[in-house]
Amino acid sequence: MSNVFTDTFAWLADPLHWTGAAGIPARLGEHLQYTGLVMLIAVAIAVPVGMYVGHTGRGRVAVVALAGALRALPTLGLLTLFVLLAGIGLMPPIWALVILTVPPLLAGTYAGISSVDRNVVDAARAMGMTELQVLFRAELPNALTVMFGGFRTGVLQVIATVSVVAYINLGGLGRYLFDGLVLSDFPQMLGGSLLIAALAIAVDLVLSLFQRLFLATGASGQSRRSQQAAADLTDPVLTEAVVQGGKS
Amino acid sequence: MEWFLANIDMVLERSGQHLVLALVPMVLGLVISLPLAQLARQNRALRSVVLTASSLLYTIPSLALFIILPTILGTRILDPLNVVVALTIYAVALLVRAALDAFDSVSEDVGQAAVAMGYKPLARFLRVDLPLSLPVMFAGLRVVSVSNISLVSVAALLGIGNLGMLFTSGLQRGFITEIVVGIIAILVLALLMDALLVLLERLLTPWERAGKIRPGLVPAAEGDRA
Repeated sequence: MSNVFTDTFAWLADPLHWTGAAGIPARLGEHLQYTGLVMLIAVAIAVPVGMYVGHTGRGRVAVVALAGALRALPTLGLLTLFVLLAGIGLMPPIWALVILTVPPLLAGTYAGISSVDRNVVDAARAMGMTELQVLFRAELPNALTVMFGGFRTGVLQVIATVSVVAYINLGGLGRYLFDGLVLSDFPQMLGGSLLIAALAIAVDLVLSLFQRLFLATGASGQSRRSQQAAADLTDPVLTEAVVQGGKS
Repeated sequence: MEWFLANIDMVLERSGQHLVLALVPMVLGLVISLPLAQLARQNRALRSVVLTASSLLYTIPSLALFIILPTILGTRILDPLNVVVALTIYAVALLVRAALDAFDSVSEDVGQAAVAMGYKPLARFLRVDLPLSLPVMFAGLRVVSVSNISLVSVAALLGIGNLGMLFTSGLQRGFITEIVVGIIAILVLALLMDALLVLLERLLTPWERAGKIRPGLVPAAEGDRA
């Protein structure tokens, strides 16, 4: 058993595996690129819809049911189905990933907006804010912590699922697993797996650090942060910027 | 439809494999996480270790874990045991958290009343804390059930038998029907298991139905109480 570890270590340390189009940096770049693209599309869909549902309460039952049902959809089934329907290429698996990522983001956004203290919302309205101002200046800033939780779940899910996408002839770190499987090259498979696990843990750490630095949950921290955010987040475009900030 | 009828035996066999691979980890996860959560409740240091470790392990993607585990367990890569252990780890990670929330949801007054009535710690745990925590516990179990059933299919990529095989073979042969049948079969399994869990919860917690309005599915509402 021990020589599996030394072989894997040798595979990881081999300078040949750190250069070129099939090298680890290139595969890592592809992995992050797919993840970023999926998150971009998914956030653009889920955040506005979640904000609308959270603010108006319309379609609440539908969103909860949809999020639950989509959670049961097998990733692999959806990926293979999209590839057969739309053909090989970058976009079919990306759309499949978007479908899988929208539910947690939608649920997080909706839960965040609707968990804001009703007194705060009523106070904002009593101060003469329009509905849009209530949403962007009162509800959204207070909902950011919960929304970011959904975003974090989404990112990790996409990083995990992008490894599966390599099965359909796309790049990313998952390639090492399937190339290794075909060649019965176990050190390559194990090396790839360790890289994927390390990537997931590293990204989660960065996101939690971001959350701690910019979305403080402490009582005093939150009120100060909310006021600041209220000034910054009057523009809908900025919500995306805030969420994207967590992506490294 | 014709293809499904002609291959119904194969689909049923794969469904059986699929269910075993999804349910055994769920039960194991429950058996491990209940005592673990109870211990973590009594020990602050253990609590933070358990929470950190579980969220760290949960972060590791399933496909990677399926490949890393054989080197640790000394199993072959095709061994279904890898899948069972991997999914058990995920189940424990989710259920420990759920169990901690569940035990916290039991009012301290009830616990004190039980002690005053002469319950010993173990009896109090088994006959007061555990039953009263069931509603929150079942919410966690339902999440594990759905996510396990969906995750098992990934193991088919490595050649481990389950409904996910319909996806790999469907893709190789360019045969959409097979993939659609696989997706529907997995959705049906997930819905059936969910319905079973809901039924089981109703049977085990008859007092919950006594004219009480059930809270919605919003986890945030649960958090407010803590």
